[in-house]
Order: sequence, then C-alpha cells, then structure tokens
Amino acid sequence: MATHNLTTPLTDEVVMTLKSGDMVFLTGTIYTARDAAHKRLIEALDAGSPLPFEIKGALIYYVGPSPAPPGRPIGSCGPTTSYRMDTFAPRLHALGLKASIGKGKRSDEVKAAMQKYKAVYLGATGGAGALLSQCVTEAKVIAYEELGPEAIRELTVEKFPLLVINDAYGGELYTTPRLDLAGYE
Amino acid sequence: MRTILAKDISDKVAAMCMEANRKLPEDVLDKFAACHAEEEGAAKEVFRQLLENAKLSEETGLPLCQDCGLAIFFVEMGNDVHVEGGTPRQAIDEGMIRGYKDGYLRKSACDPFTRKNTGDNAPAIVHVDIVPGDGFKIIMMAKGGGSENMSRVTMLSPAQGWKGIKEFVVRRVAEAGPNPCPPTIIGIGIGGTFEVAPMLAKKALIRAIGEPHPDPAIDKLEKELVETLNKLNIGPMGLGGKYTTLDVKINVAPCHLASLPLAVNVQCHSARHKEVEL
Repeated sequence: MATHNLTTPLTDEVVMTLKSGDMVFLTGTIYTARDAAHKRLIEALDAGSPLPFEIKGALIYYVGPSPAPPGRPIGSCGPTTSYRMDTFAPRLHALGLKASIGKGKRSDEVKAAMQKYKAVYLGATGGAGALLSQCVTEAKVIAYEELGPEAIRELTVEKFPLLVINDAYGGELYTTPRLDLAGYE
Repeated sequence: MRTILAKDISDKVAAMCMEANRKLPEDVLDKFAACHAEEEGAAKEVFRQLLENAKLSEETGLPLCQDCGLAIFFVEMGNDVHVEGGTPRQAIDEGMIRGYKDGYLRKSACDPFTRKNTGDNAPAIVHVDIVPGDGFKIIMMAKGGGSENMSRVTMLSPAQGWKGIKEFVVRRVAEAGPNPCPPTIIGIGIGGTFEVAPMLAKKALIRAIGEPHPDPAIDKLEKELVETLNKLNIGPMGLGGKYTTLDVKINVAPCHLASLPLAVNVQCHSARHKEVEL
C-alpha cells in the first residue's frame, strides 16, 4: 500500500493513482459540507444557481466543526458519518467532485458514481477531532453562515492524514463483517 | 430537609459538560492502551491516534470530538432535598447552555423538521430519579449522533429468548459496520416496556469497561457477546482487527408476560461521561 502526498485540486490522473488502502497526506484547500449544506447545494443546482465554490477537482469534507477557541483557526474537526450524504454525492461527482472525506460505508450508487466519474472516498479517523484540527491552518465560512456548524467552510489543510476507502476501480478498504465466524449466515 | 441552590447545580453542570468533552474516563483510556498493544497495522494506528487525540484534548481544551453530542443527564435526587431558585431541570439546562458556550463545544440540537439549530444545544435531556436520603448525584453523557443513529429498539417474542436477543444484537452491530466509530460499547436493555428498554440500555453504558455485572449469569452473557462481536472483524473504524467492541453492558428489568423488549444503544469509542455529587 502506497503513501501519497497530494495537493488540491485533484485531477483525474492523480485520482487514478489511488488504490483502496493507500495513505494520503493532503495539502491545500478543501470544503466542509454536511447534511443541511448538501441540501442547499442541491437546491442551488435545481434552481440553476452557481455553487459557492468550484466543484471541478474539489474535495468535500463531511464535518461540522466545533467553535474555534481564541487563537485557533478551528475547533475539533473530525469526520461525520458519510451515508447521510449518499443521496447527494453522485450528482456532485458528475459535476467534477473528485473526493469526499468522511467515515463509514457508502451506497452502491455512490461507489458506481466514483467509478464512472473518476473519484475517491477518503476516510479520516472518527473521534480524533482535536488531533485532526492540528492539520488545519486556516478556516473561513464561505456560504450558508446561518447554518452554524453546518455552514460551508473553506479549510486550508497541511498533511491532513487520510486513508483511501473506496477507489475509482471499485476497490474498498472496509472489511465485510464476518457473520459466519460469529455463527450466523 | 437539605437545601441545594439551583445556581450551584448549574455551576457543577457547566463544569462537567466541559470536562466530559475534554477528558475520557480512565477505564476508556486504559482500554485504548491495552488495545493499542494488541492490535497491528491500521487498527493499531487508529488506537495510536485516539490516544494522541485524548492527550491533545486534555492539554488544549479542544473537545475530544467535534460532535459534542446532545447532553444527557441522569439525576438521582434525594427525597429530602429541596432545590431553591429553580427546578432541577431548569438548573441543569442553564448550566449545560453555559458549559457548551464557554467551553467552545458544538451545539448539535435542532428542530426535527426545519433542521434549524436551537443555537445553545438546549434542551438538555434530563432523567430524574427520586431516591432515599439527601444526596444529589448527576451523571452527564455527551452522546454523539453517529452512534445513536445505529441504535435500535425491537419487541421480540418471549419464545425467542437469549438466542433471539443475541442474534438481533450481532446482526445490528454487523449492519452498523464502520458507521458508529467502532470499537463501540454496546448498551443492551432487556425487559421493561417499549420505553423502559432503551433507558436500561442507555444507563448500562455508564458502567465502566471491565466492571462486571453484579449478577454472574448476566456477566456471563455480556462476556459471551463481547467474544462473538469481536469475531466480526469490523475492527477499529471498520478497518478490521481484534476489537469491534470494547465491552458489552446489559441491564435487565421484569417485563410483561407477552413481551420481550430489547434495546441496543450503540456508544462510539469516545465514551464521554462524567459523574458529580453535590
């Protein structure tokens, strides 16, 4: 399993070098969006309005950070569970979203969209929000400020540690639960 | 009759909300260290990050997890206690709001339909038990949404018994997979009624990791489930490994002749809770 030092935005060529199980240290700009922000993004697309950031080559981080204490750019900022964004993700991949960052399983539809549009799903360690916040050097709200922790933020990250969970070839890092070993079919 | 000032309750609650979100209980930290020593590869790396995260959180005051949870309180209030200056519920709400604000903790409460954030993490979820004496004990849990979403309640048939209970729990944990931030702690409520079973399950999560159930028969069932669940190889964050669960905690209560209520409350590895007495 390889280790990649990547900078944003991501290109198709870079995405195709990533295999599930690879480690990624990400440097550059990523955008935060979770449940409520995704709903707004899709509403914007439906209305024919521009998105608040360039989606081509972008990475979306599923996170709702805790408030920034004085002297820090951001509070704790670990990943939230990704499946809740599954209904929105394929449409964003079709528009050029190259990666989502979160934790937990993705739907078959999202996995198919990642293969079709050359994108990956990256996992960050859940429940390590204080640690991950050390890799964020800047954060600013760029849209939907009224959503509070769910507002879209532009984050500048440095060597943000990630694992490739789903690659663009259909590969997956998550194990299949061994019900057979536990005595069930 | 002992008088306790509502303000004193609020002060304690504000402080405990911050502490619970910044410092894991010793039993959880000890278990992380033991798991770190036993695991290999990606699973080991997860525990390394969790131990480092815990250290950093304690040093910097940044919360352990950005999901600082809904704030749940179990209160044991002595029958000989009078709270002056407000009800216990008001006092706890006031303290929780202050603690989440002053501690830069995330406010995660919202309207179920509009999804509009209430802005102050209120309301606190407060369960009060009246007990003999003049004590006043508060247990606070910061419960994240990711693991709560993986929890389930079901009404089994009495004939299904332990076999049915075990199968439901194992299949629930397998289906949840990497979603609830494993390795999890599984709180199980067996018996009571439709609303009692989940309360039993939630309260079960407070018992320390490794602390056996006082009833040896239940203790045996807990250990049996730990062993079975850890065969699933979901592992830390779903990456495979020896630890899918850190512990299983069961609480039981009598139920109706016709029923076998079962609740499975999933707790993520960041098992944040804190207890104080006034």
